[in-house]
Amino acid sequence: MCGIVGLFAKSAEIEESLGRHLGAMLAQMNDRGPDSAGVAVYRDPAPSGSSKLTLFSADPLQAWAALAGELRQAFGGCSDPEVRSSHAVFVVEAEADDAEAWVRQAHPELRVMSAGQTIEIYKETGLPEEFVRRFALEDFHGTHALGHTRMATESRVTTEGSHPFSTGLDLCLVHNGSLSNHNRLRERLRREGIDFQTENDTEVAAGYLAWRLREGASLEQALEGCLDDLDGFYTFLVGTIEGFAVLRDPIACKPAVLAETDDWVAMGSEWRAISVLPGASEARAWEPAPGVVYAWERQRV
Amino acid sequence: MAAEAQPATDVEVVDLAVTPLRELNQRLHEVAREGGPTHWRIVNPNGAHAVAAGLDAEIEVDVDGHVGYYCAGMNKLATVRVHGNASTGLAENIMSGRVYVHGNASQSAAATGRGGLVVVYGDASARCGISMKGVDIVVRGSVGHLSAFMAQTGRLVVCGDAGDALGDSIYEARLYVRGEVGGLGADCIEKELRDEHVDEVRALLADAGIGDVHPEDFRRYGSARKLYNFSIDNASAY
Repeated sequence: MCGIVGLFAKSAEIEESLGRHLGAMLAQMNDRGPDSAGVAVYRDPAPSGSSKLTLFSADPLQAWAALAGELRQAFGGCSDPEVRSSHAVFVVEAEADDAEAWVRQAHPELRVMSAGQTIEIYKETGLPEEFVRRFALEDFHGTHALGHTRMATESRVTTEGSHPFSTGLDLCLVHNGSLSNHNRLRERLRREGIDFQTENDTEVAAGYLAWRLREGASLEQALEGCLDDLDGFYTFLVGTIEGFAVLRDPIACKPAVLAETDDWVAMGSEWRAISVLPGASEARAWEPAPGVVYAWERQRV
Repeated sequence: MAAEAQPATDVEVVDLAVTPLRELNQRLHEVAREGGPTHWRIVNPNGAHAVAAGLDAEIEVDVDGHVGYYCAGMNKLATVRVHGNASTGLAENIMSGRVYVHGNASQSAAATGRGGLVVVYGDASARCGISMKGVDIVVRGSVGHLSAFMAQTGRLVVCGDAGDALGDSIYEARLYVRGEVGGLGADCIEKELRDEHVDEVRALLADAGIGDVHPEDFRRYGSARKLYNFSIDNASAY
């Protein structure tokens, strides 16, 4: 099964309360995905010349402050860590690629959940309702956010196998469905230099998008490539620094509903998830057509 | 419109924001065994699943808002009107009675329905009337791909367009589409629209309370009867 939610703020009020609304949406999708949950939140851009890393540690006693010290030594500047349960966010005075590479090299026991200017990814096993509390989602403001509740079919229930999957700097993917050609495609992408950390099918879709984008495709072209190159069932929600995009497979096996008001655009696996938003009953709501890319982006300033 | 609710004096109102869904459905089911209110109004469904599923009494149920999966599933005798959108599996396996949606319906509306009437005043999505077995379906808007897949009996009337693979592997259901058909599925062909078919569409539209559409404007589709009567010449099509 699995549940997907996405919320894109069009007003300052929704930006201020983004996390509270996202948490309510996620909790509605509790029974579609009781195995694990995760969110990607776009907020507080790192200053120019700096970048943001979200790191995960399986060690509950992880010394995050010490890590910030190491990052300062390596790059000259790093914020104090903002710790949320098993995750911590660092703003490092370095390019995101360099900071991420340094962490992978120096601390292979840590997992880089996301890297970029504005993205933060948090994910964990357990009931989505508990995830919402544990990660204090009501604290978050932001421009847009994605969420996922997972009922695992293709691979193990682990933090790493939870969604969203990072697909590159400030990019992420959540997925409802299952892919059947992920093993062969993973091998092909590995030969192209794409790195995989799990046996998860969604990570392959994320890697596929990363590869297509690296080769110069636009997000829309990369998503349309999925229609030819991915075999299986999927509703995808892709987060970018400017917004998000939705794609369903041509057979449309997996559900999706979109809704829009003057204050927000929302995507959910079911109406239940959207019904908790302010003004939902007056929203324009529709089902996205199969095989069509829907995208919302805020204007670049 | 004939499907609009009549203002009734004693209507049993149930608010799903405070009443658990199971309690609502339990009370609706009790009417079949013990009698009770004949007109119900359900408010704040907020996308809940299985709203008014399994009814078996001549009652009228109005639902104000959007409903989730399997609304009015297995319906018998009752009239259910949804004043909003319906999610997957609206009126699945309906046996008799009437189900009206004054919005859009998601995929698999009236799937496997055996009797009764399902009317969608907006659009229905993919797989509308999949494996229908006697239900009549009238859609004021359009239907998505794979509608009437393996449809056995019953009538599907689409006032708008139909998506790809209409009537794939169809048996004896009769399909009427006024607009464009994205493509016909295996063994589904266009057939002549004779007077008796125009009369049939006219009666169904009247039953659905749709008065702004001309029955002569439809085209009829049905089975070529080459697939389900096994012939070795068609082996490659199976």
